Amino acid sequence: MTWETVIGLEVHTQLATQTKIFSGASTEFGAEPNTQACAIDLAMPGTLPVLNEEALRMAVMFGLAIDADIGKISAFERKNYFYPDLPKGYQTTQLEKPIVLGGHVDIELADGSTKTIRIHHAHLEEDAGKSLHEDFHGMSGIDLNRAGTPLIEIVSEPDMSNADEAVAFAKKLHAIVTSLEICDGIMAHGSMRFDVNVSVRQLGDELGTRTETKNLNSFRFMEKAIKKEVERQIDLIEDGGSVRQETRLYDGDTDIARSMRSKEEANDYRYFPCPDLLPIEIDQAYIDAIKASLPELPEARHQRFMEQYQLSSYDAGVLGDDAATAQYFETTADQCDDAKLAANWVSGELAAKLNSEDMPIQQSPVSAEQLAALITRISDKTISNKMAREVFDAIWQGEGEPDAIIEARGLKQVSNSGAIEVMVDEVIANSAKQVDNYRNADVAKRPKMLGYFVGQIMTASKGQANPQQVNKILLSKLNALL
Amino acid sequence: MSIDRTDIEKLGELARIAVTEENIEATTRSINEVLALVDQLQSANTANVKPLANPLDATQRLRHDQISESNHRDDFQPLAPATENGLYLVPKVID
Repeated sequence: MTWETVIGLEVHTQLATQTKIFSGASTEFGAEPNTQACAIDLAMPGTLPVLNEEALRMAVMFGLAIDADIGKISAFERKNYFYPDLPKGYQTTQLEKPIVLGGHVDIELADGSTKTIRIHHAHLEEDAGKSLHEDFHGMSGIDLNRAGTPLIEIVSEPDMSNADEAVAFAKKLHAIVTSLEICDGIMAHGSMRFDVNVSVRQLGDELGTRTETKNLNSFRFMEKAIKKEVERQIDLIEDGGSVRQETRLYDGDTDIARSMRSKEEANDYRYFPCPDLLPIEIDQAYIDAIKASLPELPEARHQRFMEQYQLSSYDAGVLGDDAATAQYFETTADQCDDAKLAANWVSGELAAKLNSEDMPIQQSPVSAEQLAALITRISDKTISNKMAREVFDAIWQGEGEPDAIIEARGLKQVSNSGAIEVMVDEVIANSAKQVDNYRNADVAKRPKMLGYFVGQIMTASKGQANPQQVNKILLSKLNALL
Repeated sequence: MSIDRTDIEKLGELARIAVTEENIEATTRSINEVLALVDQLQSANTANVKPLANPLDATQRLRHDQISESNHRDDFQPLAPATENGLYLVPKVID
């Protein structure tokens, strides 16, 4: 049987505003519990929400970046349900008149072709608080700092047909929102969270029953969760069963997915227009002004990186898709004047280290300026690549600036040809037998015999002689003896 | 449109409002009276009327994105039945 997978995504994207969507409380991540939950966020009686102009502007920016229509009149609805991290008993969201309508995001597939993923709409809404399920004497702990953080929920059409496409789409969205600087994109902070709708069908059949897996907060977990769910649905149907429409939870750490125990009526949200908020009206001049000030988008930057820094399309993608990485790379490349080396270091050594420590590039202990200074010392041949890796680790450990570390550890590569010549002369003078062997050897065998001399010279220089120069000088001196 | 006691029971559960056996009849009747009024409104010709999200003839005012609320946790937390380490404690909720 040939199975076809149909995937749609709902992406919750936290907007990078200073304050909440409807209150003046801070949205900064990592504060002490409930110190950023004000009377409005706590749903105290008598409070009224007032919309944050920056949240609106950011939502419009997103809409313009994906070629969508902007709702000139949009409105908020109440989505009613009870959960302790939602103090009001409803989430203020948009249903009938969202701010962003339609639009599309283009993804590049493995074979190099492009696929267009349509966006159904994106709407403004408030985030909920956090429930901590550790045991507090049989109770749950609630932190409402996140309650009221502005979100746009981006809803795609079911245009993706496998996990790879879904991940490519999610990464592209991440690239767009970070480039627009409307979201910090830090996955570990929950700045972007994915709900995945998956169904399977036999080729040509009508759409199958879909399940929704909620709250995936990394690309890798999303990929694993989709693959697992597709497999589960196919197994179920092939064994004569059927897929039940349900909401599922996936735990990335244990790789276990389970059905959320939810009652039938849980999905009856009884939306109605929020009487506390008036309709939002924006005009064409407002939209045009935002359009004129849109920053560079990932596709344009990709192209520019290829031209300006002579990068391959692959490197331009790795370095240019994520705005924070792009900015880091540009600072490094501009300050060290060797874009190719900068590209190798940012996408190689740095990326690997960040990855292994699970750290966003914004928090890199090695700054772009420090990396640029380090690369400059490779370019001017003060240190070898191998030494540079040692210095890089030392900067990472907080030992200070590259030049100071090079000095302190005595890592300077000897490139002074005079100094190298003296060492070469000494080694040749002390190796009469090896020089004789070299002289009498077959021409083809001579290159192999150089290893002995190079080894002696590197030992004499304590590993600090520039190997290329040692080779060059040694060869010319030996050949002069022939 | 009218609703029966099954709808009222479901609504009561959704809204977390206790509808007792003694008052379910009366509640059903009074909500049906409200719905009858809505039916009457439905019969009005609205062909030339635009949908309205709010009865006020005004649009939403916006707020500058500036922090205006400071930490008042110590004032709010005594109002809650249980708190610990700055967290509000609630009966255990598991999905």
